[in-house]
Amino acid sequence: MRSSDHASFGLKISAGAALIFLHFPIFIVVLYAFTTEESSFRFPPPGLTLDWIGALFERADFWRALGLSIQTAAIATFLALILGTLIALALARASFFGRDQISLLVILPIALPGIVSGIALRSAISILGIPFSTWTIILGHATFCIVTVYNNVVARLRRTSQTQMEASMDLGASSFQTFRYIVLPNIATALLAVGMLSFALSFDEVIVTTFTAGQQQTLPIWIYSQLLRPRDRPVTNVAALFVVAVTFIPIIFAHYMTREAHE
Amino acid sequence: MAAASREVPPPPPSRLRSIAAWFYRHPNWTLVALLAVPMAWMLVVYVGSLSALLAQSFFRLDDFSGRIIREFGLSTYQQLFSAANVDIVVRTTVMAALVTVTCALIAFPLAYYMARYASFRMKTILYLAVLLPLWSSYLVRVYTWKIILAQEGIVTWVFETLGLKGVLDSILDIPGIGGSSLSFSYIGMFLVFVYIWLPYMILPINTALERVPKSLMEASADLGARPGYTFRRVILPLAFPGVVAGSIFTFSLTLGDYIIPGVIGNSSFFIGQVVYAQQGTAGNIPLAAAFTVVPVLIMIVYLTVARRLGAFDAL
Repeated sequence: MRSSDHASFGLKISAGAALIFLHFPIFIVVLYAFTTEESSFRFPPPGLTLDWIGALFERADFWRALGLSIQTAAIATFLALILGTLIALALARASFFGRDQISLLVILPIALPGIVSGIALRSAISILGIPFSTWTIILGHATFCIVTVYNNVVARLRRTSQTQMEASMDLGASSFQTFRYIVLPNIATALLAVGMLSFALSFDEVIVTTFTAGQQQTLPIWIYSQLLRPRDRPVTNVAALFVVAVTFIPIIFAHYMTREAHE
Repeated sequence: MAAASREVPPPPPSRLRSIAAWFYRHPNWTLVALLAVPMAWMLVVYVGSLSALLAQSFFRLDDFSGRIIREFGLSTYQQLFSAANVDIVVRTTVMAALVTVTCALIAFPLAYYMARYASFRMKTILYLAVLLPLWSSYLVRVYTWKIILAQEGIVTWVFETLGLKGVLDSILDIPGIGGSSLSFSYIGMFLVFVYIWLPYMILPINTALERVPKSLMEASADLGARPGYTFRRVILPLAFPGVVAGSIFTFSLTLGDYIIPGVIGNSSFFIGQVVYAQQGTAGNIPLAAAFTVVPVLIMIVYLTVARRLGAFDAL
């Protein structure tokens, strides 16, 4: 018998159940953003209202946190794109002594628990006497975004045919020109996609940020501080919905960018 | 490719060109040039920080003055091995192991369906369906479980509506893992961990399964293996590195998380929470540092084994 081409009923059920498990909480976020219940998490909601959206718009602290998150994520992504791409270019095809160690070093910031990276950076920053600022947040974020960039760019470079680059060199292009006219266009969509993913990753980071931030609040830190305040629950619910809505867009876009190149 | 056919300007005899030529003749220096800045960053920022942390763990806190004494010694590690602290390490590690196994069990069928049966269009949709929760805010997702598991929340409501309130109550009465409500229990915490890290398991398993060549399954079938046998002897061993790759994330992330045990959970501490509390309010950075050495050591062993099992290729 040939291996069957139809999934068994049991497989479909378990795959479907996993999908529902993954998405059900997102519906809850949406639902609770509109509940009229102010202090508890009562289900079903006693009524629905749009009032809390307006309430969130008036919160200056929310907008400040959002602004800081966008700023740090943008700069961290920019740095990670450069550093990660350089590593990917070096490691994509070469095999040399120490290559494995370098790839291990790059993976380390995401393989080790966030709290380890967080407290390590914090100790180093305070030992060196550097004041905590937006830049110390960026330092941490860029470090763990490098691996995301590296992983994606290296995968794309390996799919790019070597013959194109050789042809370019044979025709007299210098390695800079080959990079500019052959390699860069080939990895452009991967860079764009991974740029967005790093942005989302940095935008959402809370554990490392807690340790590398001084007084500033990024959006996740703002949300965390809100979680501990039952009085502001309705506003927290709307902020939660807002964050989910905002992160969905770059992901769908990033996916579209990379998918195009797969075919 | 449109990009390749674009007209490339003729090479002007420039300084840039001679630099390029030099690098072309010296591939090792090309590597050095490419890697110098990023490696300096990783070594200075990351390895430097880790070393600073490790050094801190050998210092100790003076109990009377509350100051950190910067002398090399093992007294902080002595403190780490007290019964209460060992308890915390064991509790966290057991939770991480349970979460990892459960994630693998839930992730595998979905990843398998995605890789094996879904049409191209369906694959795209499923892939996005896994990515969206992964990239949507971690805190928001933890928060929504607080809503779901709360005493007056939807889970309680479902049990009540089905007339099964008694079942829920008896689950919550189980000593050790129960609590006043699901949102203050190990069961709740376990659920949330599994939920939050699940996509990290699905994606590497899916990657590994996608790489299993169809011809291999056909060959197995041609040689008379039943589908179940092919699954056990061909597909599963080839997908295993993916499971290990996924487990790196689920295990490590659970080991270090302090937010989920803080938001959902009872009063018993996890490694992340101790580290957070010791470095913050308690001001005992040496002990916090010594505590972080535990997950680092666990992860180093884990990564070494994972690399042998080929997990890095499935990342």
